[in-house]
Amino acid sequence: MRVALFVPCYVDQINPEVGVSAVRVLRRLGVDVIYPERQTCCGQPAFNSGFFDETRSVGRHFIDVFEKERFDYVVCPSGSCTTMVSHYYPFIFEDLPDERERSEALGGRVREFSDFLVNVMGANASDLGAHHEAKAVFHTGCHQRRELGLLREPRELLENVEGLNLVGWEKEELCCGFGGTFSVKMPAVSTAMADEKIKALENSGADTLISGDSSCLMHLKGRLQRTGHDTRVLHLAQVLDQKNGG
Amino acid sequence: METQKPARRRETEDRRHEGLVSRVEGFNERGRKAAQDKELHDSVELFTGKAVAARNAVLHALPEAPELRKRAYRIKQGTMANLDRYLEQIADNVEARGGNVFFAEDGEAVVRYIGDLARRKGAKVVTKAKSMATEEIELNRRLEEDYADLDLEIVETDLGEWIAQLAGDHPSHIVGPILHMNRKRITEVLSQAAGEELPPDVEALGSFARKRLREKFLAADIGVTGANFGVAETGTVATITNEGNARLVTSVPPVHVIVMGIEKLVPRFEDLSVFVRLLARSGTGQKLTVYTNFITGPRDEGELDGAEELHLILMDNGRSKLLGTEFEEALYCIRCGACLNVCPVYRQTGGHAYGSTYSGPIGAVITPLLKGQKDAKDLPHASSLCGACWEACPVGIPLHELLLKLRNQQVEEGMKGKGETLAFKGFENTMKNPALYKISGKAGRLVQKPLKKDGSVRPLPGPLGAWTDSRDLPPLAEKPFRDLWKEGI
Repeated sequence: MRVALFVPCYVDQINPEVGVSAVRVLRRLGVDVIYPERQTCCGQPAFNSGFFDETRSVGRHFIDVFEKERFDYVVCPSGSCTTMVSHYYPFIFEDLPDERERSEALGGRVREFSDFLVNVMGANASDLGAHHEAKAVFHTGCHQRRELGLLREPRELLENVEGLNLVGWEKEELCCGFGGTFSVKMPAVSTAMADEKIKALENSGADTLISGDSSCLMHLKGRLQRTGHDTRVLHLAQVLDQKNGG
Repeated sequence: METQKPARRRETEDRRHEGLVSRVEGFNERGRKAAQDKELHDSVELFTGKAVAARNAVLHALPEAPELRKRAYRIKQGTMANLDRYLEQIADNVEARGGNVFFAEDGEAVVRYIGDLARRKGAKVVTKAKSMATEEIELNRRLEEDYADLDLEIVETDLGEWIAQLAGDHPSHIVGPILHMNRKRITEVLSQAAGEELPPDVEALGSFARKRLREKFLAADIGVTGANFGVAETGTVATITNEGNARLVTSVPPVHVIVMGIEKLVPRFEDLSVFVRLLARSGTGQKLTVYTNFITGPRDEGELDGAEELHLILMDNGRSKLLGTEFEEALYCIRCGACLNVCPVYRQTGGHAYGSTYSGPIGAVITPLLKGQKDAKDLPHASSLCGACWEACPVGIPLHELLLKLRNQQVEEGMKGKGETLAFKGFENTMKNPALYKISGKAGRLVQKPLKKDGSVRPLPGPLGAWTDSRDLPPLAEKPFRDLWKEGI
């Protein structure tokens, strides 16, 4: 099994440890991981702001980079960036038959991290020997929840992590308030949305917040820190990467 | 034009200019204020929380719901593709039954038609059942202003709408017009109308409303309603209500006027079996509302009820220009309010922040479409694009995608500021050029050095300040992933 890793730009620049954990977990399952070094960003910030021409231009670069590689799947530790490629590239290239076809072909082979582990590799956390002591809640990013419909996969993985007590929380279907540029265009509403999640987090009694999207985590962590919370914030890949005592 | 406010409206902001006729003010500032209003938040939370729970339960118990949703979408799609034909058909059928039909290009034409009708009839009292279409065109205010000489008494008879009217307020939700008011506020408004202090309990308030509204029902010369659905093949108009007021509005006065947006059509009577099953479930979490009324023409010989005279106004008001465009799906909406209830933005701001008749995701989509983007340019951005609206929509309208297309239209039509345009040009150039991307990362690491404090970036000016004002911003990592990869993982 050969996988081309798609590392979102903010993971590359801000949370590289998430990419590192993803590589380790994949290798532990015997996957041959390659990293196309000319990759940059999927273009989602421009897309969400309505700059479709600029998005297409960035999207073309993305498709060019990955088309040159030989792989079985592209795997991405983000539901949001996966969706950009799998769902919204065909959307922005709708009227351009050639690129639409190429984006659909590539999009069909892009898998979100937990999707790949569970549905392609048939892996579970016990196979990985994952061990992490915490009482945690899991936040499903909105793209992962709705466009990708991957609700079961991360939970299945986390439930098999030794030492991890995964608890439910109120209104877990609500968005964290990030929304890309929304967070700076409508900061008060965006922050109020984060506060609603944080209230639910407090009520759950969890000491750790886990998600498959580092962008949601960046937003919630930013607000948690500002409001004096010491909740641990981890990406799913980081939790799965932890072994006994790790 | 500023008009003298009646005394009863003194204590509150006059919100009657919040239809599509008046200017739609910026969402941003209103949303900011609303998000910090604890009392408002509690009221919105209470209503939407209950509505969502009830909706989930009742839809879960209907195994065919996903299939109904697909059928609803297809029916609306087919309706819009042949709307001209169906409009003619409903008009022919209503006329054949003895009703009058008027095609109104805009709100102005509706106001003229109803105002002139009231003049001809020498009407004094007009009762109304809840209607978003008439809210959209600010019918009450405009009749009062433009036909001041008639001295019409226009009375909303839906309890929530009536309380809003008494307060000089404006509905903040498609289904629950005064969900933004708590019991204390409602008691104040009704006490003022009663001229005495009423106790804050549902029974006392309800019985006052019932008594007062009953007088109006009996005195009415004209009844005005909206329409939930209009059936082309039979000329039937359906109203779906809970309070029974619509029946008194449509059957007591001699004249009944229906104001129906042209998108409310369905081709066949049997199509209602799809929509009626979805509407109440999605809107209020009921299987059916208490009253489901079908009105086919005026009272016929030998019939016991119904108005003697019936007028069906088919209102366009910007809808037909969406036909056949990438925004056509916005016309499939059946006004159930489900997208408002699940929207995390609406839940923080309530409906008034949207500054127009329609709020929540559907409001953020159709207000700019019906009114023009220039007067409502914040609205397409009033969403984190989480997609909860699309998931909840009983017709499957991809509201989040329509919001994206509206954002794109703003770019295409040059409505963006220079700063944002340049920023995304820069983004494009950086992201399609790996060398430039790498250099930018390096530059960022240099620039941020003096800005780092305790593991975060210090509060910043400019657009990033909008983040750092309320949230910590993580710095760029010491080394990007690509460097770690090269060094070996």
